[in-house]
Amino acid sequence: MEVMNNIFWILIFPGFLFTVAVGLVVSWVVRKVTALVQWRVGPPVLQPLYDILKLTGKEILIPQQANRTVFIFAPIVGMAGVLLLSTMLWHITIWQSQYVGDVIVAIYLMVLPSLALILGSSASASPHAALGTSREMKLVMSYELPLVLALIVVIIKSGGELSLAALASQAPIASISGFLAFFVSLLCIQAKLGFVPFDIAESETEIASGVLIEYSGVLLAIWKIMQAMMLVALPLFLVMVFLGGFGTTGASFAGGIGKYLLVVVLIILIKNTNPRVRIDQAMKFFWVFCGLALAIAVVLAMLGNTYDISWL
Amino acid sequence: MSWKLKFLKKSVWVFHVNTGACNNCDIEVVDLLTPKFDVERFGIKLVGSPRHADALLVTGVVTKQALPRLIEVYRQTPKPCVVFAIGACACGTGIFQRGYHVAGPVDKVIKEEDPNAIIAYVPGCPPKPEAMISGVVKALSVL
Repeated sequence: MEVMNNIFWILIFPGFLFTVAVGLVVSWVVRKVTALVQWRVGPPVLQPLYDILKLTGKEILIPQQANRTVFIFAPIVGMAGVLLLSTMLWHITIWQSQYVGDVIVAIYLMVLPSLALILGSSASASPHAALGTSREMKLVMSYELPLVLALIVVIIKSGGELSLAALASQAPIASISGFLAFFVSLLCIQAKLGFVPFDIAESETEIASGVLIEYSGVLLAIWKIMQAMMLVALPLFLVMVFLGGFGTTGASFAGGIGKYLLVVVLIILIKNTNPRVRIDQAMKFFWVFCGLALAIAVVLAMLGNTYDISWL
Repeated sequence: MSWKLKFLKKSVWVFHVNTGACNNCDIEVVDLLTPKFDVERFGIKLVGSPRHADALLVTGVVTKQALPRLIEVYRQTPKPCVVFAIGACACGTGIFQRGYHVAGPVDKVIKEEDPNAIIAYVPGCPPKPEAMISGVVKALSVL
């Protein structure tokens, strides 16, 4: 029974089917809002689904010099990571379950997709993909530090809680340090999703979609599904950690969906109002500016905790 | 084969190959993405890599220099895929018919590589964006 439940969770309800369905709808929302911002009509609702179905019907080409095993398994590993993350987050949201140290597990699972992308593209033996890989690596190195610092701010505000269910019951955004941390981690999420201004690794116009350049057919479809699932999991993570989560009652659950949409819309607007930055600009931005802002936030949060001032 | 083509029609990702065009057709191709024509309505998207492409938009007469590159790009495109010959030069070499540098019209070159290739033609010098949309729609409706 326990095993059946777990399989149901992972494959159907908060897991694969549900996340993919919601993810495809949200990725349509991203494309539609982008089109509206640019004064265009935009694609129909089922367009992301058509893209995936079309890609599954295409031929898979693998470069001669590529490392076949890594090339084929990298997208699957990445998708498995996002799938686990999404299942875990929704499970905590709906059933209020707890694991040991689950924020740290979430951080690890969030790195998996980028790591898989780095592995897969470096296995493809293409010079464009190599450029994309090096950019993706530098990007991961630059945004992981601010993201972890932002989570440290939240953990300090909560008095040392590591469980996501406990973190989701408070809303640190209502304080100065919490707001700084939220803003910086929103930008980190932007970079994790590979959206403009941080789509440096995938930049279509200069390095021809860099990390994904050699992928075709089903393997490309798996990457696209993974990116759609990240659109579900990562904003949800922000909502849980910073905005007070979904709550347990019906009204607060609806409010939670509102918060999720708010985060998604913020991400889309940042995506549409910024040009792509260079990799050195991105590193400087994340390390110097975001790092400094978060160092201040950590100090403020500790002061607030010591002297019991909740708005710091 | 049929369901593959069915979904291919709904979402055509396009890779643009210039095999020696005078840039007029290229400008008209880029026009398709602007708000006025907005081909994303039909699921058409310009992609950066031939591996992601379902359709190759070939502009320009195939010069001898561009010939091996065009064939390589065609071989790198996962099948099923459609080749669109855009403009008078690509359809039938146009005014360059007897040029010393011409390897042949796009259809002949591609057919030599793959006799079963699906090729569609949009004539014009340059074809209007409306003509291209209509050509793509007509070609996809008979697939």
